[in-house]
Amino acid sequence: MSNRLSGPLDDVTGDAGYEAHPERMGFFTDTSVCIGCKACEVACKEWNFVPEDGLLLTGMSYDNTQQLDANSWRHVAFVEQTKPVQAPSPTVNTSASTDLGMPTVGLPGAQDPQAADNGDIGVRWLMSSDVCKHCTHAACLDVCPTGSLFRTEFGTVVVQQDICNGCGYCVPACPYGVIDQRKDDGRVFKCTMCYDRLGVGEQPACAKACPTESIQFGPLDELRERAQQRVERLHEQGIDEARLYGESPDDGVGGDGAFFLLLDEPEVYGMPPDPVVTTRDLAAMWRQAGAAALTLTVGVALSFVGRSR
Amino acid sequence: MGRRDGAVVPDAEFRSYYGRPILKKPVWKQPDVPLYLWLGGIAGTSAALAEGARLSDRPALERVARLAAAAGSGIGSIVLVHDLGRPERFLNMLRVFKVTSPLSVGSWLLAGFSTAASVSAASHETARLRPVGRLAGFAAATLGPPLATYTAVLLANTAVPAWHEAYRELPFLFAGSATAATGGLAMLAVPVAEAGPARRLAVAGVALDLAAEHRLESRLGMLAEPYQQQRPGRFLRAARGLNLAGAAGAVLGGRSRAVSSLSGLALLGGSLLTRFAVFQAGLASAEDPKYTVVPQRERMRARESQLA
Repeated sequence: MSNRLSGPLDDVTGDAGYEAHPERMGFFTDTSVCIGCKACEVACKEWNFVPEDGLLLTGMSYDNTQQLDANSWRHVAFVEQTKPVQAPSPTVNTSASTDLGMPTVGLPGAQDPQAADNGDIGVRWLMSSDVCKHCTHAACLDVCPTGSLFRTEFGTVVVQQDICNGCGYCVPACPYGVIDQRKDDGRVFKCTMCYDRLGVGEQPACAKACPTESIQFGPLDELRERAQQRVERLHEQGIDEARLYGESPDDGVGGDGAFFLLLDEPEVYGMPPDPVVTTRDLAAMWRQAGAAALTLTVGVALSFVGRSR
Repeated sequence: MGRRDGAVVPDAEFRSYYGRPILKKPVWKQPDVPLYLWLGGIAGTSAALAEGARLSDRPALERVARLAAAAGSGIGSIVLVHDLGRPERFLNMLRVFKVTSPLSVGSWLLAGFSTAASVSAASHETARLRPVGRLAGFAAATLGPPLATYTAVLLANTAVPAWHEAYRELPFLFAGSATAATGGLAMLAVPVAEAGPARRLAVAGVALDLAAEHRLESRLGMLAEPYQQQRPGRFLRAARGLNLAGAAGAVLGGRSRAVSSLSGLALLGGSLLTRFAVFQAGLASAEDPKYTVVPQRERMRARESQLA
């Protein structure tokens, strides 16, 4: 029981009841090569018929999508940071570049980064295409009372829309804040890792559309190896802040089916630093509720003891 | 990043994505869900109270308790169906049974309890099918206490920081709140001569409620803030006042019809406010990335220092 609710799990698909099944498939999103083009967001919407959800300008960097929700299954985060830029940074390289007379970046009146006398202050942009993590221990799936959410033969987590009754339990259960209710529909929606495309041997729309291979799709084991090599190479190049997020089967959700290479702390990208699947503590919760129910029963019984009236 | 206006205590240092929440706020509606927490608590406890009243020969108390169990669970079910995004699909709740989903367990519990309590109340009112009614009453009394406390697991088994981290205390808080409200209802609706157990129940319920709440607030550290600040904080303080007044009324003026009724109302109100406060504290903790990031960072630091 304990292993099935938390901790490492080698064969998540087999554990879900599939006897013969394909390899567990996943996403490795390497944010160090993301250029923020949002082709993934568009491709996802087009392929999956995800409705438009408001055309507004947030003023929040170049991010008008704002978050993953029922109508955004890929979300490109834009983080603008003013910090010393290391020479071989893969994201931006303002200091070493020749002055082309381009407009500068920054608030009006703020110090012009390119005019800084020490020459190594710059703005860097972190861009990251966020997506459902397809957790090894998926809280949304655990708490779904209808069986609408299920584990596919590819080890991914998908909502069956003809079953979902919109109870909304999965929404606060997700430690990443991914799944959400579509207000005018009542049901919940999230990334399916293009279950229909996987079924015919195609890759998901977002990965297909990504022009820089920031979004990589494949067997999870292969992706983990590739990610390890990538992060080591970045460290060799002096980019010490490169780190993997969600790749470890020892983390609070047993590892993500969609994991990331980040260049800063996860919370900077709007992701929780130490997510834990809520059902890890479920046995303890039921014990507490049982003890409380027993206390209540005894209390009622005792209230009849004593004075006759 | 992530600053909130008007915070008295300086915010803890943390980083976030433009101050945006990490978690999705529960989409459960108000008043539906807090109201159900309250009704389910009263219904479940009343079913147990009804059996006690039957065994100790208190017909008026038994009648009120049986009706409360049936009505509370009936209205509670309607409120829950109304909360669904697709109410017409409510029967899908009974499509599977999953212990990992407190909502699945709760749906079965509520379906069974509601049926049993209704049969028991109907049989009691009409004096028909007595043996069936007796059995149904016993079944409802068995399912009642779990019905009153499972809702705490329903809330705690989420990523919502103020709910999840309170999973030890919430079931006892809910048990106490349900007991106090049920005692209050009986004090309000039953002649004082038969309401002795209800008064004792009310006092015990208030004591358990206060003890659990105190423990919760002292153990949760930073995550106690959502229970203490803003509207949830005001609700909980008001609930405390009402509960204490109700308990005092039960102890000192239980033999007076007027005092009994007023105390009963106070206890019912105190419990209702408590449910709204707990619900809203959860929403507040999900909305502010501080409550997601800071405790998780602390947890990571604690783990690292353990390894070192």
